[in-house]
Amino acid sequence: MSKYYLGIDLGSTTSKAVIINDKDEIIGRGITNTRANYKVAADIAREEAVYDARFTLLSNRLKHDLEEKPEFKTYMEDIRSVFQYRQFKRRMDSLAKMLRYTVSQFEHDNKDEVAAKLEEILKDIEPKIRHEFLFEGLGSKNQFFRDIVSERYNQQVAESAKGLFEPLMLAFDKSITPVENEMVQFNFKELVDEAMKELDVKYQALLRSPETVKKEDWYYAELNAVANNYKNVETSIKEHIDSIANDDIHITNMVGTGYGRALLPFPEDCIKSEILCHAFGAHAVFPNTRTVLDIGGQDTKAIQVDSHGLVTSFHMNDRCAAGCGRYLGYIADEFNISLNELGPEAMQADKETTICSTCTVFAGSEVRELLNNGEKRPNILAGLHKAIVQRAMSLIARSGGVKNEFTFTGGVARNQAVLKYVSQMVKDSYGDVTMNIHTDSIFMGALGGAMFARRNISTHLPDQKQAVTA
Amino acid sequence: MAQEAQKEKSMIIQKEMVSGLFNDLAKAKETGKKVCYTFIPGNLSELIRVFDMLIVYPEINALQSAMRKKSATYIKEAERHAHSEDVCTYVKCDVGMMLKGNIGPTGEKIPEPDVLLLSYTGCFTFMKWFETLKREYPNAEVIMIHTPYQENAEMTPQMTQYMVKQLKEVVIPKFEKVTGIKYDEAKLKRHLELSAEAEDWITKIFDTTKHRPSPIDAYFAGVYYIGPINIGFRGTQQAVDYYKELYKEIMLRVEQGLGPITPEGEMKEEKFRLVVEGPPNWTNFREFWKIFYDMGAVIVASSYTKVGGVYDMGWRHDPSRPLEALAEYCMNCYTNLNLPQRVDLLAKCIEDYEADGYLTNSIKSCNSFSAGQLGMMREIEDRLEVPVGFIESDLVDPRYFSYSNIKNRLESYFQMLEQRKLIKAHEAAEA
Repeated sequence: MSKYYLGIDLGSTTSKAVIINDKDEIIGRGITNTRANYKVAADIAREEAVYDARFTLLSNRLKHDLEEKPEFKTYMEDIRSVFQYRQFKRRMDSLAKMLRYTVSQFEHDNKDEVAAKLEEILKDIEPKIRHEFLFEGLGSKNQFFRDIVSERYNQQVAESAKGLFEPLMLAFDKSITPVENEMVQFNFKELVDEAMKELDVKYQALLRSPETVKKEDWYYAELNAVANNYKNVETSIKEHIDSIANDDIHITNMVGTGYGRALLPFPEDCIKSEILCHAFGAHAVFPNTRTVLDIGGQDTKAIQVDSHGLVTSFHMNDRCAAGCGRYLGYIADEFNISLNELGPEAMQADKETTICSTCTVFAGSEVRELLNNGEKRPNILAGLHKAIVQRAMSLIARSGGVKNEFTFTGGVARNQAVLKYVSQMVKDSYGDVTMNIHTDSIFMGALGGAMFARRNISTHLPDQKQAVTA
Repeated sequence: MAQEAQKEKSMIIQKEMVSGLFNDLAKAKETGKKVCYTFIPGNLSELIRVFDMLIVYPEINALQSAMRKKSATYIKEAERHAHSEDVCTYVKCDVGMMLKGNIGPTGEKIPEPDVLLLSYTGCFTFMKWFETLKREYPNAEVIMIHTPYQENAEMTPQMTQYMVKQLKEVVIPKFEKVTGIKYDEAKLKRHLELSAEAEDWITKIFDTTKHRPSPIDAYFAGVYYIGPINIGFRGTQQAVDYYKELYKEIMLRVEQGLGPITPEGEMKEEKFRLVVEGPPNWTNFREFWKIFYDMGAVIVASSYTKVGGVYDMGWRHDPSRPLEALAEYCMNCYTNLNLPQRVDLLAKCIEDYEADGYLTNSIKSCNSFSAGQLGMMREIEDRLEVPVGFIESDLVDPRYFSYSNIKNRLESYFQMLEQRKLIKAHEAAEA
C-alpha cells in the first residue's frame, strides 16, 4: 500500500492542505477560506486535497494519453472544474435553503417583497455560476464558495430597489456563516459521475451548435477535438475511476501548522510552527533557498535558512497588519473590487502615489482623500502595494537581509504588483539575487508540514531531498 | 498559579529584607530619616548609607506595580496628565502611582524625596524622569552628575577623575547639606568591603549555571536574586548573609542534580539553555516565565541581571579607592558598556554556560536596552553560529504584551533549537 503524508496549514485567511507521497512529491492540494469553525476549514482543505490526489492518481494512469491526445488534457481540465461545480451546487442548495429560512424569520414590513427578490436572485445567479464553471474554467481560479456567491449576490442586491438592500444583505450575512461552518460529505465517485453527465450535456450541445459562444479560434480547435472524441476519454476514465475512487489514500502521518494550529485536533507532536514549515517547504522546492519571505493573511515572516532548510533566524510582524495580506483585503473592500483585481490594476499605474499612513485603517481614509484629490486609482493602488513591500523589506532587514537564493511564498506572492516591487526592492538593496516564486507558493507551509510528517518530526533528520511538484 | 510557590530559606530572608525596607520608608517621617530617590544603574547605595538616608527606586516601584497588576491604571493616569503613549512606561507607571497617592507595594505611602539623585546618565529618560519629579516635589534637592559612556571600551583614569570630581564637588556637599551629616570615608570603606564580598557571592551564584542541569534560572529567578544587591542592601552584612545562604541552597541543588525552581515546582527536564538579552516583561511575568519552563528552557545568563552592576569580568568595589570605586561602578553598569563590549560579555556567557540559543526580548519603551539590540544579535549569530530569537514586549504596559504572539514566536524558536540539536547530534555521530 502506498504511504501518504498530510500537511495542514491553518492560516488566518486560508486553510491549506497538501498530500505528498513517500518521495516528497505533491500529489494533492486543497485550499479553502478559514472560518469560525477551524475544524471544518481544515477538513474541507483536507478533503479537497484527497480529491486532488485522486485526480493526480487518475492522471498518472492516463499519463500516456494525456501527453499524446489533446482531448484528454482538455477533458481532464473540464472535469475538474465541473467536479468543483458539483460540490459548489450542494453548498449552494444548502445556502438557498438557509436564505429562504432566514428571510421567513424576518419581521420587516416588506418581507414578501424581500422573499420574492431573493428567489429572483437565486434563480438568476445559480445558472450563471454553473455556466462559469462549465465554460469559463471558474474551478481553476482558486475562488472559494463564499467569494463566488457573495460577489454575484452583492451585485444583484446592489441593483435592487431601495428598501430591499439592507434585509437582503442581512439575510446573506446571517445565512452564509452556518452554511460555511457545516461539513458536507461528498462521494468522489458520485461527483465524478455527475460531472461526466454535465460534460456529456455540454459537449452534446456544443456538437449541435458550436457557435453559441464567441471565442478565439484555438479554443474551438481544442474544443472540437474534445467534443468529437470525448466518448473515448469517458470510456478510459470509467475504466479507472472505480479503483481510483476506492483507492485508500492512507495518511501515514500528518502535521498541522499555521496560525490556528493549536486548535487542530492533532496530537501535540503533530503540531509544528509555521515558520519551520514554510521554510522547509520553500527550501524543498528551491533547495538553494537561504532567505524566505512569506506574506500571509495576517502575518509576514522573514526567515533565514541553512543548507538543510532549517531555520537559523526569523522575524515576524507584531502589533500591526500593514504589510500583510489583510491590508490588501481591506484595500480591496475600500475600492469595492475583488482581491484578484488589485494587482492587475496596480500594474496599470504610471507612477506610485506615496501612501504616508503606516496603519491599515488610516490608509483607507488616505485613499479616499487621494481619490477626492483626483489621483488615479491604479497609481494609488501601486502606492499601496509598494507600501506593503516596504514593510516586508524592513522585516527582512531585521532578520538579517536577503541571502542568495531568495524565495517568496504565501498567498500574497500571487499578486503581480507585489512581486514587481519585491523584485525591484530586493535588487536595489541586495543586488542580483535569484528570486524564486512558485505557483504553489501558498501551499509552502502545508508542504513543509507534510514533509515533516514524512520524517516523523523528531526521529528522523530532514534530508536535502528535493520535492518535485506533480 | 495552580500550585503554591516553593519557598526556600533565602526567599524568606529576602522577603523580610524588602518588607523591612518598606517599613523603614513608611516610618521615615517619624524617624526623621531623609529619603533619596535614585535609579538602579549606577546607584550609589554605599554613599547614600553613609549619610543614613533611605532609598527609593522608582523603576522598582514601577515593576512591582506591574506585578501587582496596577501598572495599567497608573499608566492611564499618567497619560491623562499628558504623558505621551511613547514615553517609557516605567516613568508613566511611577508618575501615575505618585498621582494616585504614591502607595507602595506594602500598601503604605512612600515618602516624598528629599533628594533626587541621578548618578547614571546612560539612560536619557532617567534625567527627564527626575525633571518631571522635580516639578512634583519642588522642595527636593536635585543632584545630577554626568557618567561618561564607555565609548572606547574602557574606563580611563581621566574619566574616573571626572566622576570623582563630581562626587566630591556636587554629590557629597549636597548630601551633607540635606542630611546635616558629615561625610565619613571610613564608614564608606566598610560598606564597600561588604559590597565587594556580596559581589563575589553573586558572581559565584550566577556561575552555577555552568552545571547541567542548571540549578537556577538566571533570568526569571535571577531578577529576584539581584534584588538585595540592587535595592539598597549592597554594602550591608544582610546582603552578604543572604547571598551566602542562597549559594548554599543552590549548591545543594547542584549536588542533588536538581534543575531550577519554578512557580510550579522544580523544572523536570532541561531541554534548552538560553542567554537572554533585555529586561523581562513584568505585567505577565509568571505567564511569560511559564512559556519557558513548560518547554524545558532555562536561562543560563541574562544581561538584565547585570543592569545594577557587571561583576562577571572581575570588577569589584575597591575599598582602598572609595570614590574611584563608586565612579567606576557607575561607568561599568551594563547599559553603559559600548555595544562590542556587550557582545563580548554575552558571547562569553554563551560559551561559558554552553547555551543553545540567544534570545532578545525587545522592550517597546526602553531605548537604552533596545538601541543596538538587533546589531548585537547579528554579531553574536555570526560569531558563534548560535540560533538567535527575537520577541517584543514591554516593561510594565500590559497593552504591549501579546501572549499569543510571544508564545507563537517562542514555540517556533524552540522547535528551531530542537532541530539544531538533532543536526549537531547527527554530525557528532558521523564524526
